Amino acid sequence: MATQAAIFDDRFIPVGGATSIPVEEILPWAVFGLLLATIFLYFVSTEQGATSLFAGRYVHEFVHDGRHLLGFPCH
Amino acid sequence: MTKDLLWRGMLAGILAALLATLFARSFAEPLVDRAIAFEESSHEAHAMGAHAEVNEPEIVSRDTQKGEGLLTAMLLYGAAVGGIFSLVFAYGYGRFALIGPRTLALLLAALAFVAVILVPAIKYPPNPPAVGRHETVAVRTAAYFAMIAISLIAMMAASRLRAMMIPRLGAFNALLAGAAAFLLVVSIVPLGLPSIDEVPAAFPADLLWDFRVTAFGTQLVLWAALGIGFGAMAERVLQTRH
Repeated sequence: MATQAAIFDDRFIPVGGATSIPVEEILPWAVFGLLLATIFLYFVSTEQGATSLFAGRYVHEFVHDGRHLLGFPCH
Repeated sequence: MTKDLLWRGMLAGILAALLATLFARSFAEPLVDRAIAFEESSHEAHAMGAHAEVNEPEIVSRDTQKGEGLLTAMLLYGAAVGGIFSLVFAYGYGRFALIGPRTLALLLAALAFVAVILVPAIKYPPNPPAVGRHETVAVRTAAYFAMIAISLIAMMAASRLRAMMIPRLGAFNALLAGAAAFLLVVSIVPLGLPSIDEVPAAFPADLLWDFRVTAFGTQLVLWAALGIGFGAMAERVLQTRH
């Protein structure tokens, strides 16, 4: 039978008796998570490039290689 | 539940970023060095003794850029996309389809790679140092983010279309319909965005190609590791909360 198993054979696991996580439970964490992610992504992608919160070029130069490799416009 | 998934998403993103950094350091950094060497030699040719630009002080050394700088950028990026990824997973689990957590995580990672990386990069590919004019960085950044937004919205709309079409077409054909709708939108809408053509004429074509391939490779390592790693973590969370 092993040779006839589906490619993806991990089973669906119910969430506390239901089939999905309620949106009301996700929402506050989504707000928090997106806020945090936006701050992180801003410093990697844009600070001291297209816009600047801090003067100078230090942040830009420090994350320089990552910015190029992750595909963000750099200079 | 969402809280546990969110932290694990960020952790999986950080681990994936470590692997991606290893890849980038090994395969991409030698190319970045070559591009910077090209940049400096063309600066010198332009300046012709006027040393103001050539002797621009180095704020961060190349070693730092390749080491801590690259690692920091990748870890922040990994934690951010890992967190967002886990939230999409939390919403999609049991809603997108009744499939196992590891399958869903891998599937979502593949879709995210297409929507966030591949499609935007076809319009605005990643560029090495020396490519791209300084004056246009604001326009290029805005256009690139607009491209990511278009692609993401198209992916969400395609997913909605697929869900709507399942009763009428069946799951397989509904998936095809969603994919076709996505491709149609991302082929046509970006025509309205500016085209950017700023590769210096003398820049080596091979170097440009190699840089872009390794940039894709870096993202592929990141998203594959995130999809697989987060899937395993999410499975454990779901099993203990069963």
